[in-house]
Formats: sequence, structure tokens, C-alpha cells
Amino acid sequence: MKVTILQFPGTNCEYDTQHAFKELGADTEIVWHKAQTIPEDTNLLVVAGGFSYGDYLRSGAIAKFSPVMKAVTAYANNGGKVLGICNGFQVLTEAGLLPGALKRNDGLHFISKHHHLKVINNDNIFLEKLSNNAIVNIPIAHHDGNYFIDADGLKELEKNNQILLKYTDADGAIQNPNGSVSSIAGICNKQKNVFGLMPHPERAMELILGSDDGVNMLKGFLNT
Amino acid sequence: MKAIVNVSLKAGVLDSQGKAVHHALDSLNFSGVNDVRVGKQIILKLDTDNKEAAMADVTKMCEELLANTVIEDYEIELV
Repeated sequence: MKVTILQFPGTNCEYDTQHAFKELGADTEIVWHKAQTIPEDTNLLVVAGGFSYGDYLRSGAIAKFSPVMKAVTAYANNGGKVLGICNGFQVLTEAGLLPGALKRNDGLHFISKHHHLKVINNDNIFLEKLSNNAIVNIPIAHHDGNYFIDADGLKELEKNNQILLKYTDADGAIQNPNGSVSSIAGICNKQKNVFGLMPHPERAMELILGSDDGVNMLKGFLNT
Repeated sequence: MKAIVNVSLKAGVLDSQGKAVHHALDSLNFSGVNDVRVGKQIILKLDTDNKEAAMADVTKMCEELLANTVIEDYEIELV
């Protein structure tokens, strides 16, 4: 199992992500954004969190033109598994690999705290180790996490089981920290090989850090 | 020639920053403001004087990078 992790100028979660997957037993490689290709033996490509290009213009807007993104798009279109976490989710929406966009949080503040999430659809490799309606507690840390998609787009997501996670309280009642449409915290594409979420499962890998709920999420990818 | 590009959130998309500014104006007793939208302005210096070519170029720039057309509209002014 080989996990390739992308690094743009301003990415800051690549080492946490690498640590998390190493702990799960995967081989990992961090790839700089200037690369024209990604390692051929890649089983999972992670676009890690951070502030690529300082979030200039819009979060993820400039990263989508980095040389490596052509290889990422080709990899995804070929069925390769891609996971975007936080800024990685923003990059994947900007690149058109996931529908919708991430706007400034409704409260205008940067939010950094643990938040409960409810599993909405587990019929995908990412969440298959969790049951539907399971509650996980995962850190969020973002300024632009307010997911937007128009009404038709939302219907499509619902119809195709593309909504992965929603923000809730500990009992599973909707609790929306940032204004996201339908309280959405994460989605996947129609083919269910490209995944994006604002919360950080790689920061919830051991109880000493407040939660190890991220383990069962990231583990899903290890079967590939 | 210069191109002035104004980018703002689409009409149907909630503009939280605009709302906050509107609220602040209210608390400063500036009445009579019906709506506030916050956007950004991008000013490009171009090496052409051909308006048609410039408009075509800048439109492409907006579609590819300057605006995210999922949530934003853009207006181009050439001066």
C-alpha cells in the first residue's frame, strides 16, 4: 500500500498525514508540486491540508495550476483514489475534480476545534469501516469551510450517495459550524474515487490527542 | 490598456462579509442601506490596445482563474 502526499508551497499537514498513514502500516512518499508525474505504484493520493499559495485569490485557486495537478487529474480520471483534506478539498473543488465550492465561514472566523460528524453514506472505500449514522469526533481548522452547491447540485449529491459526512452534535442532531449547505462536511465524486472533507482525520489518530476516530476512516483506504 | 475586473459572489449566494458590513453600517446609524455585497477588484495592465482581443483574453482569465464561476460573477471594464 503506497500513499503519495502532495506538497504545495504553504501546505502544512503533509507530515501529520504521512505519520498517520505510516502508523497504519502504509508506505508513504511526499511529492513536491513541481513534479510532472506521481509515483506509479501510488494506491492513494492525498492532497494534504494547509494554505497552498497563502490562500491568495481564493483557497486552492492557484494550486490547481501547479505542474503536478495534471498528473493528479489524469490519475483521478483513470479511477485512482484521491483524498483531499481541508485545503486539499478546496484544491479538488477548484480543480473541478469535486463539485461545489468552499466559501468563507458564515461567522467570518477561523474555526479550530473538535467537531462531531455523522456518517451519511458508507458505501465507499473511505467510510466502509464505519456504519451509516455513526458519530465521529474529528478536529476542524478552517476559515473557508462553508460548502456551497446549488439546489440542483445538492439533489445530485443526495441521489448518488455522494454526501459522506455532515456536521452534527454528539447525538447526531445537525449542528452547522460554518454555514455549509445541508451541513455538509465532506463529499465524494459520482464514481466514488475522489473524496474531499474539511475535517482532519489525520489529527484524530490517538486518544492522547483527543480522539482516535480518524483511524477507522483512513484505514478504509488500506484495502486498496 | 488596463482591465478592471470586479469579482463578487453571485446573487443567490449568501455574502457573509457583506452582511457583517451591512450590520456594522446599521450600528453606525447609516440608515437607508438596503444591501451590501463585498467583492474584490483585480487590475490588470495589458500590453494591447485592441479592445476586442483584450476582452476575449480577460474573459478567459476570469473563467480559468480570477473568478470561481460556481459561486462568483465577474465584470470586466477596459480603460
